[in-house]
Amino acid sequence: MSPYEDLIIDHWRHPRNKGTLPDPDVDVTEANVPCGDVVRLQLKVRNGKVEDVRFDGRGCAISMASASLLTEMLKGKRLEELEKMRQEELLEALGGVIKPRLNCALLPFRTLRKALEALGETGSRVDPPSYR
Amino acid sequence: MRNVRGDFPVLARTVNGHPLVYLDSAATAQKPIQVIEAIARFYREANANVHRGLYALSVEATELYENARKKIAALIGARPEEVIFTRGTTESLNLLAYSLGEARVREGDGILVTVMEHHANLIPWQELARRKGAALSAVRITPDGELDMDDFRRRLSARTAVVAVTHISNVLGTINPIPEISREAHRVGALVVVDAAQSIPHLPVDVRELGCDFLAFSGHKMLGPTGIGVLWGRRELLEEMPPFLTGGEMIREVWIDRATWNDLPYKFEAGTPPIAQAVGLGAAVEYLAGLGMEEVRRHEEELTGLLLEGLKAREYVEIYGPREPQKRGGVVAFNLRGIHPHDVATLLDQEGIAIRAGHHCAQPLHRLLGVPASCRASVYVYNTPEEIELFLAALDGVWEQLG
Ligand SMILES: Cc1ncc(COP(=O)(O)O)c(C=O)c1O
Repeated sequence: MSPYEDLIIDHWRHPRNKGTLPDPDVDVTEANVPCGDVVRLQLKVRNGKVEDVRFDGRGCAISMASASLLTEMLKGKRLEELEKMRQEELLEALGGVIKPRLNCALLPFRTLRKALEALGETGSRVDPPSYR
Repeated sequence: MRNVRGDFPVLARTVNGHPLVYLDSAATAQKPIQVIEAIARFYREANANVHRGLYALSVEATELYENARKKIAALIGARPEEVIFTRGTTESLNLLAYSLGEARVREGDGILVTVMEHHANLIPWQELARRKGAALSAVRITPDGELDMDDFRRRLSARTAVVAVTHISNVLGTINPIPEISREAHRVGALVVVDAAQSIPHLPVDVRELGCDFLAFSGHKMLGPTGIGVLWGRRELLEEMPPFLTGGEMIREVWIDRATWNDLPYKFEAGTPPIAQAVGLGAAVEYLAGLGMEEVRRHEEELTGLLLEGLKAREYVEIYGPREPQKRGGVVAFNLRGIHPHDVATLLDQEGIAIRAGHHCAQPLHRLLGVPASCRASVYVYNTPEEIELFLAALDGVWEQLG
């Protein structure tokens, strides 16, 4: 297995849903401090469903491709479904990830968990974006 | 230099189906069979605690342990009683920041570090400054990645108690002018602490020529085992400093409410020391001495030259630190334009090539360079020009795939 399947390269070169939303219901940022990877995730929720999603950030090919792919997996899903989503689903969708790079691949998943927690607590949360 | 690869068993293995090309000796060096055997032999034939038993085995173990100390003293031009065994550079520097801090640093004093320090030579001084109410300040670097000596002089004052500086940067590779730094620091009455983790393994070092007051290094970066390192200090200063760790071995007389301290170096070696590791380090020093430190340096300068030339010739590569191999150790940090260092390291690993990617325990320096992380290739006695060629070709492959 090459650590860089075509899928990863494709999502890295052509990220889906990259950018920002004008009025997100949730806007959170997570980072892998040691490597400087940052993922910002914004969700627009309507009737308990993810109506729209954007990510932004910077980092290695694996973390960025994983974020891009994750946004595709989120769109249109019910929040209860997302609560039940396991990290393995993302890793499988990526075509498998070698052990030393799991942390990179799972950064977007941790960002999603943070977004869901924020939604669960308050129904919405918008953090100022932090990139440092 | 003679080809030494046969002495290093691990170099015979493959990684991901390719022969291992190990370019991460700045993190830790591989071990020659002579060191591995010395450690095994100690456990097989001479294992006992040191400085305690009256029986022959303990006497033998003690001799082996103390002989290692003598070999290290000879390597750096020091007296054996000035050589203190620790667990490594990190512990040596923590010991110093604590004990020297107690003896010499007062509220309002200055502690001078540099922006290129490894966290091991930064955090202990940060903590000391916080405990004592001292002022910590960091010397800048020039755009070429050399220490800005004008900035050093500006920051140095009669209030400066300690100057803590790395001999060779583990990121930039820069060799800092320690004799000059020592002269200037001593003129204002400051003491000089040198982090020699990246220099002792790679070039001839004589503590009297450096003119510093303390020197710290690790065994595992100089062909020795992990778990052992050295703190060298000038005798009169070590005498003046209080102990760091307390307990067995480091005492002379003990009452229930007080104790007196043992002589140097034992005052700073509380508890059972890493005996087999010291013996292993002694074997490593012997091995290096056999090669000759001048030869080691010459070999690495040649390889570093090839590395730098190859990287400079690739327009997609940004190099950090001085451009001339004479000005640096065998460590080269770089980035491929627009590609995260972790991706570079992962793809090289597919070819069996081991380099480091990350901030290399130097976050302030990377912030200054304006990158969150970098790639780092580093060489040692067992690396060859052919390996540098393989590495450079593999780098082109990474660029083709991700560039
Ligand atoms: C310049 C420098 N200082 C200190 C250290 C810390 O050494 P150790 O981890 O062996 O204590 C290192 C090694 O990573 C280093 O390169």
